[in-house]
Amino acid sequence: MKFVLSEVNLWYNDFQALQNVSMDIKANEVTAFIGPSGCGKSTLIKSLNRMNDLIEGCKITGFIQLDGEDVYGSMDVNLLRKRVGMVFQKPNPFPMSVYDNIAFGPRTHGIKNKRELDEIVEKSLHDAAIWDEVKDRLKKSALGLSGGQQQRLCIARALSVSPDVLLMDEPTSALDPISTGKIEDLVMELKKNYTVIIVTHNMQQATRISDKTAFFLLGEVIEFGDTDQIFSMPRDKRCEDYITGRFG
Amino acid sequence: MKQSSAALKIRENLMRAVFFTAALASIVAVALICVFLFSQGLPAIFNVGVSEFLGGTRWAPLNSSDPGFGILAFILGSIYVTAGAIILGVPIGIFSALFMARMCPKGLYRFIKPALNLMAGVPSVIYGFFGMVVIVPAIFEAFGKQFDMMSGNTMLAASIILGIMILPTVITIAETNLRAVPQELYEGAVALGASHERAVFKVVLPSARSGVMAAVVLGVGRAIGETMAVQMVAGNQPALRLPWEFLKGIRTMTTNIVIEMGYVEYGSLHNGALIATGVVLFVFILIINTLFSILNRDKQEKRSLLSLRAKRGNPDTKLTKEQ
Ligand SMILES: Nc1ncnc2c1ncn2[C@@H]1O[C@H](COP(=O)(O)OP(=O)(O)OP(=O)(O)O)[C@@H](O)[C@H]1O
Ligand SMILES: [Mg+2]
Repeated sequence: MKFVLSEVNLWYNDFQALQNVSMDIKANEVTAFIGPSGCGKSTLIKSLNRMNDLIEGCKITGFIQLDGEDVYGSMDVNLLRKRVGMVFQKPNPFPMSVYDNIAFGPRTHGIKNKRELDEIVEKSLHDAAIWDEVKDRLKKSALGLSGGQQQRLCIARALSVSPDVLLMDEPTSALDPISTGKIEDLVMELKKNYTVIIVTHNMQQATRISDKTAFFLLGEVIEFGDTDQIFSMPRDKRCEDYITGRFG
Repeated sequence: MKQSSAALKIRENLMRAVFFTAALASIVAVALICVFLFSQGLPAIFNVGVSEFLGGTRWAPLNSSDPGFGILAFILGSIYVTAGAIILGVPIGIFSALFMARMCPKGLYRFIKPALNLMAGVPSVIYGFFGMVVIVPAIFEAFGKQFDMMSGNTMLAASIILGIMILPTVITIAETNLRAVPQELYEGAVALGASHERAVFKVVLPSARSGVMAAVVLGVGRAIGETMAVQMVAGNQPALRLPWEFLKGIRTMTTNIVIEMGYVEYGSLHNGALIATGVVLFVFILIINTLFSILNRDKQEKRSLLSLRAKRGNPDTKLTKEQ
């Protein structure tokens, strides 16, 4: 097990956004979070690398363990975020060169050697399937890339600190179908080496790339299991309605 | 019905005329100042000779047999004290802006911000007084014996006072620009395991680069134009100085004008030369303002690009718009 969650409750001030969430997330699998808007998918994903710490008034109870270690215990939060990388909904490259975007992470964690950095940059960009498109413009601003390229750059940036887990919050919702396809292929490739958790509103995407699926509703995990099973014969009526588009 | 709509039309036109006149007034004022400056100043410059005026090191307007009208010492004086103010004020200003924009607890911010606004509103004569009473004696105390100084009225004193005076300008503009950096960039850095400080210094600050530069440029404009406070602490010797002579007195373009305007003979070349000094100062400010607007334009383009991307990127906003 990569992540073990038990009885996770989360409040934004008085509003309870997660209720008794328990689930086990296996290593080297792709887990998809699906559910209607506002049901707590982003909230849960941000709990896994403690990005919720940035939100004032956010309170969490229960246990989240990464490789058996309590995420909210004595763990150094910066090292946690090194191990659990994140890709955001909107591509957010830093307004600096492609190279510096990727090198930022390793530099943060103390790597200064130029040759070592060069290697990491090349490998990360390779792994994010964007090396060929940017190898001649490493020193140019990352803002000049297309939206799809920017998102793959952000994936490369997340890979640069060699995480175990990759959290992706609707990583393709801002992209065209071709870029989306590239990123889906990439995710399937990445799961060999990483554990991937992905939030998506796109049912086809979930069936195409995920091994496990969790269906959320109003802060609760209603159903969690093999993607094949959830999409072919969901046990819960509400889950079925959502998947078949009859929801709401 | 028709009557009232005609009356409405008249009123509308009247209002438009009022607004137009009001807008015109400021333009006319600037235009008149330009006309005055250049019509009175340029002849003096050509009379003295452009290179002699700008490059000349001898200022002796009252020497009737061999008058000298070189203002190089004052140009350099203005540049020195401004540079000094930037060296002292900008690092403090940028650190303060970073603190206020990204690190300051809300309770503290409620005190700092009004204090800063107050600081911006304090008249320069009061800064000058503060300099005379505190800074100048302190400088004399510290270096007077060692360097055989007559007083603490020095280039350094002027730089320190100006460094303080530009703080509100630098901090306010820099803070605004630091706040405008999208939160996603900060989060992107933190999500890679960067500490708060590292994310702020290495990602947020560089992202606000052009805006912070604009703050510095505006600070330069403020420093170079300051007169009263500088006059009160700078010593005002009309001598050519070198940059490292900061423990000696100095005279700037502005202070030279204000010191000599009082006794100058109207219509004389001396009078013209002072106005011409104003022309030079005006050109400096013109350059600074142009730089500022270029830096600001950069930033606006970038921001509109970002928001464009945000709009395209967020399906929710699209949906609500279509409905
Ligand atoms: N910072 C916050 N402060 C207060 N409430 C919040 C905050 N962030 C989210 N919420 C609330 O928590 C609930 C869950 O939000 P969350 O962003 O996790 O939903 P989501 O499933 O990711 O939705 P979407 O599919 O639209 O991204 C929502 O009702 C939302 O309004
Ligand atoms: Mg979300």
